[in-house]
Amino acid sequence: MRFAGSSNYVATPDLMLAVNAAIALERPLLIKGEPGTGKTMLAEEVAAALGLPLMQWHIKSTTKAQQGLYEYDAVSRLRDSQLGDGRVHDIANYILKGVLWQAFEAEEQTIILIDEIDKADIEFPNDLLRELDRMEFYVYETRQLIKARRRPLVFITSNNEKELPDAFLRRCFFHYIKFPDKETMQRIVDVHFPGIKQALLKEALQVFFELREVPGLKKKPSTSELLDWLKLLLAEDIPPEALRSQDRKVTVPPLHGALLKNEQDVHLFERLVFMAKQNR
Amino acid sequence: MLIDFFLHLKAAKLPVSTKEFLTLLEALQARVISHSLDEFYVLSRACLIKDESNYDKFDRAFGGYFKGVTELPGLDAEIPEDWLRAMAKKHLTPEEKAKLEKLGWDKLMEQLKQRLEEQKERHQGGSKWIGTGGSSPFGNGGFHPEGIRIGGQSAGNRSAIKVWEQREFKNLDDTVELGTRNIKVALRRLRRFAREGAAEELDLDGTIRDTAQNAGWLDIKMRPERHNKIKVLLFLDIGGSMDDHIRLCEEMFSAAKSEFKHLEYFYFHNCVYDYVWRDNRRRHAERFPLHDVMHKYGDDYKLIMVGDATMSPYEILQAGGSVEYMNEEPGATWLARLLERYPKAVWLNPEPERLWEYRHSIQIIRDIMGSRMFPLSLEGLERAMRQLNK
Repeated sequence: MRFAGSSNYVATPDLMLAVNAAIALERPLLIKGEPGTGKTMLAEEVAAALGLPLMQWHIKSTTKAQQGLYEYDAVSRLRDSQLGDGRVHDIANYILKGVLWQAFEAEEQTIILIDEIDKADIEFPNDLLRELDRMEFYVYETRQLIKARRRPLVFITSNNEKELPDAFLRRCFFHYIKFPDKETMQRIVDVHFPGIKQALLKEALQVFFELREVPGLKKKPSTSELLDWLKLLLAEDIPPEALRSQDRKVTVPPLHGALLKNEQDVHLFERLVFMAKQNR
Repeated sequence: MLIDFFLHLKAAKLPVSTKEFLTLLEALQARVISHSLDEFYVLSRACLIKDESNYDKFDRAFGGYFKGVTELPGLDAEIPEDWLRAMAKKHLTPEEKAKLEKLGWDKLMEQLKQRLEEQKERHQGGSKWIGTGGSSPFGNGGFHPEGIRIGGQSAGNRSAIKVWEQREFKNLDDTVELGTRNIKVALRRLRRFAREGAAEELDLDGTIRDTAQNAGWLDIKMRPERHNKIKVLLFLDIGGSMDDHIRLCEEMFSAAKSEFKHLEYFYFHNCVYDYVWRDNRRRHAERFPLHDVMHKYGDDYKLIMVGDATMSPYEILQAGGSVEYMNEEPGATWLARLLERYPKAVWLNPEPERLWEYRHSIQIIRDIMGSRMFPLSLEGLERAMRQLNK
């Protein structure tokens, strides 16, 4: 079983190798990289390419590790006991299975995506050490051991908001997705918009990379924003000439709202354009 | 097999562990890769290196091992100009030092300009020309109380006013984990567990109490979950006289990173001026105007400055006093601006507290900070955190 990119996802050779190593050894793969470089997409694409079901677990700041295993719904049980429901005598009725449990008991091998693990509490990764290492856990309420039938492939993404504990890192493979260079970017765009006019694409990439150079932007536009922007440009049918601004007059690129996602950035950018006009 | 390679990485101070090494061997045995060095490079990196900030170090170590590529000198250190290299250091007696009268700032600059024009050749010793090991106010390795430093290492008396070289400082890395436990304990004081926000978790004790009060009729109580909402803006002094303290700073830095919800850090050199930077290797290419930083981060951030505040008083009080470039406004103005924006602020100083009164610049900064300067020790941190939480 090997992953070799897919028709709508461009993977660099080193990324493919990291994925294949994780597949071969059935170890978790930790993916980091700038926002919008396709970290979450990767798990989806690998699942599609290998034909395995994907189980997603999106992490929030309030997510607990336990929720991925199971939850004991004590409140329902308390309520049922008040109402004299018969189900109340079996505690198993109030155990809700989490993502990992579902993956562990699945008949075939599954892919688990633990998305944005850095959003959770610092202790979160530590609480999953044994579960990810041995692929098993114990349910105290019903005294049963849940063990994975087939070790699932685990993809973990992180945006580097918090550092992860060493013990956790030692158990993973790691890959950092670099921001694509112009060439890779061209391939990515080709994959998403096969019919895009070459001239338009060239101008758009030029504008895009120049915009990334603007100092002081809160959030630099990333690949996913570029794709959105191109979609808009195509929909509006904007001619390539409209993007070219080099010497004649400086203009704000059309539909720049798709690239710059916050007021201050847009404001800063417009100010810079205004200043550039003044200097001429 | 490959044990030498593993030990080589270890010797290059990369945080690799035996378990990860065994994983690598396992992957090789499973024939994940064919016989290609490029593939081995990627595989070993994925197995052994778990942080992109170590990629660069790994690249150099890998290259060094497999191709015998010599690590280029000058990657880490800038070579000073030949005639400035410290060949000998002339040791002056305290009386001799005292004999050197202090020249004023303007006079010093004027003289330097003059002599730079006059001088053509390498000079060593003596007391007028620029060179090494002398007692002229110019050159390096010398002992004039307000000397101007040109190239090379400072002789250790730390009063050089102008550093005429673009030094590349090592980036602070936050990998120092050992021994930071105690600092973490102190930093935890800064977390304020405010119970506010939406009701999220079942308050079991409250539910039992209220249900009992209702004579057994269920009354469910919810309570907001605790979370850390402290925001911190961290400014770290780097280079120059801070080199001695860099280890302490690294520990502090590594401790801080995992402790707060929002932690933004910037580097400065000696005193804050118009610009700060994030990545020390690209400090000249990618700098952030301090105005923008202040504009971007609101006044709910708490400001922590870390620096030894040991410099020439000119660097704080005089426009153009920066050792790096021509600053239009003095550091004191910028510092005051920062304090105005961030009312909750402290300065942490790695120098022992008992030495503070002997350094003029520390006194000045302490005055500007309104005495909110604390030593970088556990006890000092406690006091600083208490101050921030007031």
